[in-house]
Amino acid sequence: MTSGPEKRDPLSVLDRPNSYIGKIVPRPNLDRLMQGRGLYVSDIELPRMAHVVFLRSPYAHAKIIRIDASAAKCMPGVVAVVTGQELAAVITPWVGVLSHLKGLKSAPQSAIAIDRVCWQGEAVAAVVASSRSAAEDAAEHILVEYGELEAVTDMSTALDPATPVIHASLGDNLAFERNHDAGAVDQAFAGSDEVVEAEFIFGRHTGVTLEPRSVVADWNAAEARLTIYQGTQAPHMVQNIAALHLGLREAQVRVVCKDVGGSFGIKVHIYADEMATYALSKLLRRPVKFVADRVESFNTDIHARDHRCKGKIGVQRDGTITAFEIDDLTGIGPYSMYPRTSAIEANQVVNLVGGPYVTQNYRARARVVFQNKNVMCQYRAVGHPIACSVTEGLVDLAAMKIGMDPVEIRRRNLIADDAYPCASPSGLRFEQLSHHAALTKLISMMDYDALRAEQAALRTRNIHRGIGIASFIEVTNPSAAFYGVGGAKISSQDGVAVRLDAQGSVICQTSITEQGQGSESLTAQIVGSTLGISMDRVRVILGDTDNTPYGGGTWASRGAGIGGEAALQAAKVLRRNILDVAAAILQSTAGELDIVNNNVVNASDGATRIELNELARIVYFRPDTLPPGIQPELMATRHFVPREYPFAFTNGVQASWLEVDTDTGFVKLLKHWVVEDCGTIINPQLVDEQIRGGVVQGLGAALFEKCVYDERGQLTNANMADYLVPMSGEMPDIDVGHVVSPTLETELGAKGAGEAGTAGAAAAVTNAVNDALRPFGAVITEIPLTPQVILTALGRI
Amino acid sequence: MTAPITISLEVNGERVDTSVLPRLNLADFLREYLKLTGTHVGCEHGVCGACTVRVDGEIVRACLMLAVQADNASVETIEGLSDSGEIADLQAAFRDRNALQCGFCTPGMLMAAQDLLKQTSAPDREQIREHLSGNYCRCTGYQAIVDAVESTARARAGRTA
Ligand code: FES
Ligand code: FES
Repeated sequence: MTSGPEKRDPLSVLDRPNSYIGKIVPRPNLDRLMQGRGLYVSDIELPRMAHVVFLRSPYAHAKIIRIDASAAKCMPGVVAVVTGQELAAVITPWVGVLSHLKGLKSAPQSAIAIDRVCWQGEAVAAVVASSRSAAEDAAEHILVEYGELEAVTDMSTALDPATPVIHASLGDNLAFERNHDAGAVDQAFAGSDEVVEAEFIFGRHTGVTLEPRSVVADWNAAEARLTIYQGTQAPHMVQNIAALHLGLREAQVRVVCKDVGGSFGIKVHIYADEMATYALSKLLRRPVKFVADRVESFNTDIHARDHRCKGKIGVQRDGTITAFEIDDLTGIGPYSMYPRTSAIEANQVVNLVGGPYVTQNYRARARVVFQNKNVMCQYRAVGHPIACSVTEGLVDLAAMKIGMDPVEIRRRNLIADDAYPCASPSGLRFEQLSHHAALTKLISMMDYDALRAEQAALRTRNIHRGIGIASFIEVTNPSAAFYGVGGAKISSQDGVAVRLDAQGSVICQTSITEQGQGSESLTAQIVGSTLGISMDRVRVILGDTDNTPYGGGTWASRGAGIGGEAALQAAKVLRRNILDVAAAILQSTAGELDIVNNNVVNASDGATRIELNELARIVYFRPDTLPPGIQPELMATRHFVPREYPFAFTNGVQASWLEVDTDTGFVKLLKHWVVEDCGTIINPQLVDEQIRGGVVQGLGAALFEKCVYDERGQLTNANMADYLVPMSGEMPDIDVGHVVSPTLETELGAKGAGEAGTAGAAAAVTNAVNDALRPFGAVITEIPLTPQVILTALGRI
Repeated sequence: MTAPITISLEVNGERVDTSVLPRLNLADFLREYLKLTGTHVGCEHGVCGACTVRVDGEIVRACLMLAVQADNASVETIEGLSDSGEIADLQAAFRDRNALQCGFCTPGMLMAAQDLLKQTSAPDREQIREHLSGNYCRCTGYQAIVDAVESTARARAGRTA
């Protein structure tokens, strides 16, 4: 289902014969995973490896008065019991701020709490033992005396003068505030035919990666080197941060990332317990393994999206949107996460609200406050679901107010497909988006008119179905404007090295990582296509700071767009080098030759001249037979980062079709549609499945997922039985379609697709529920849409 | 702590004699004693299905069963099912359909899917979704998995018909 403008140069490497780009090819690493023969961090065992278990605070806020570990130290198998104070001898504390987020503040955070704990689940001591069970047994014998302090839990009162300040040195509980005012907002509202306001509430939820966070840290005292095996999305970032806080040079730290059991932004951060594990290995001079159990995952993996956002929209009778205004409040726990900080999401919400629409009148305030709850930070589609739900919720409310169809109001306001390049009301620069093409495609995929007719017919039989539409913009291919400008040592460029081995196969080392998205496959597809080599002869190495070029890794939908372009450029150089050698061997010129199907051929008639295998044999084993002065370089490296646009914005639109049982409050998802534009599609199947996975994460937030805290800051549903996640029985089939507007900033033209599904799913579902409930006059602007929320809105409870 | 107990069982067709603490669960036994890493642990409380294995022909959650309960039993894990070729067609369908991303849920998913296919020759999508609804996958969105199981069922029916 691909359509839209194709603006490529017809001679581009994308159009070479036998190109794998745009084709469905199976991922090379699947058999290993399907046979249970992958290597996840939780599988790793090393000689003399010990296991660490963290004793965690039962209180949300308390002073640590005394820790008595004497009994625990005598338990069988115990290697050491280490407190925060003791660990501080090998690792320094950190502060999660970035200079471009002006005014962002946070307090120093230690690997293990020293005098005070600030959330339920913060580690107060580490027990290292010969087995995990021995460490768990011993942890029960540690006596900790706490002095409980008042906990700040409600973000809406966190800034009140009567509320205690969590970090006295910061003066108040305000971590960050951003104000934005563009156009003439007051005038626009005053001149509007209608103004609609609503407050949107988003539950705090979390990632629930199926493999919990795990790390094995191995300090080799003889080499003075630390090897960290960790399922991370950013190995070089981990290397840099671990070195910095352990007083090592980067060259003394190696990060190895094999298979990763899910990440979604959960594993792009560095957690205090991981830092503690690195430090314990150094302190105890032996490998130490930490694997979070599920309860720990719920209490310590970053949470996401705890927002309350007041929104306002102005509209004319003819449907013209005149202005948007938002006031967003979000609670981030007691610290801003390090090194990416916990203010990026609120900042993103300000950036993205109103993004698909024409109006230039936009005012926003975002405030980020501290609380005594687990830390909150960036998770898949950072800020997108909030911005999309607020924007699309307001657009639907405006449409309802003026009696216009939700599709029609969008048609009248979405930025025209020929208006680019242009800027959004918050100053974002768009290169090329395709909102109208995407909406048109969506409407035809879902057969909108037929669904509306079905809805009307069923309503007469007291069956309440709804249609929800959500347009969105998506941030992908982030440049240094994301973190680098704020001083974070998080690389935005990626590098790929490719080399022809002695049997004519290709090895590529890339700095992007694989967590199941298909990074390995897309790299092999690009390199194979560019070189004219079959994919079974391309091997990709990733996830090892000793063996890959320096780079950012895989997050914020950057793997294909940035890492893919680096692969393309490196392969082009290698191709030229191969043809130069071939020309020397064949007494021809490089311009007369080409590589197709593992052979150097005549460009003119395609006749085979020499197999790459034979060329490699000559270069590596009989270079003496080459003409004098020829030094073949069968290896090439290229790096890439976008420079012209700080982000490659993409867009898409989703629709949900569902049924609400007005007696029980249950929502049954019937069907979901997505159309998105990620530019050049490298492997349609990988893109579609990535989008479907993203949609289901968004649907989880819309209907089920919520971290429930009580007023004392206790997380009351920290297990998979009480914290509901989408399972196959509740999920609908999801149709995915594409519009293709390649970015012209790269030769490949790829933009990201990882956030699209999550970005708009909750907004589409909420709009559909409200559409279903229209006969009852109920409007809900809160997720998750639990039966309780729905029955309350219906006045049934 | 109680003393170790001697057990004797068959795992993927190989006899295993050893002694274990009574509290050791089957998942940890397979992983830590036998180094069979295919049985994954996602929740340790019976909700996610990542640890699904077959004991005497029935699928169970290895995190909810004690190793001592498997005394005298025959246990089959993803490694065994892969090596015997029993699920080669199902694995091929998963590969063709990209029915896995990170792959952490996949061993449990394949065990559960094979269980369904043994019981029901022509399950519809609803039945497949129902049968797999105890197996959590965070990556895929489930649709590709349902497709892969459905196409395997069709192919098997065609072969035996
Ligand atoms: S680990 Fe056994 S069901 Fe989750
Ligand atoms: S593929 Fe990652 S959990 Fe299923």
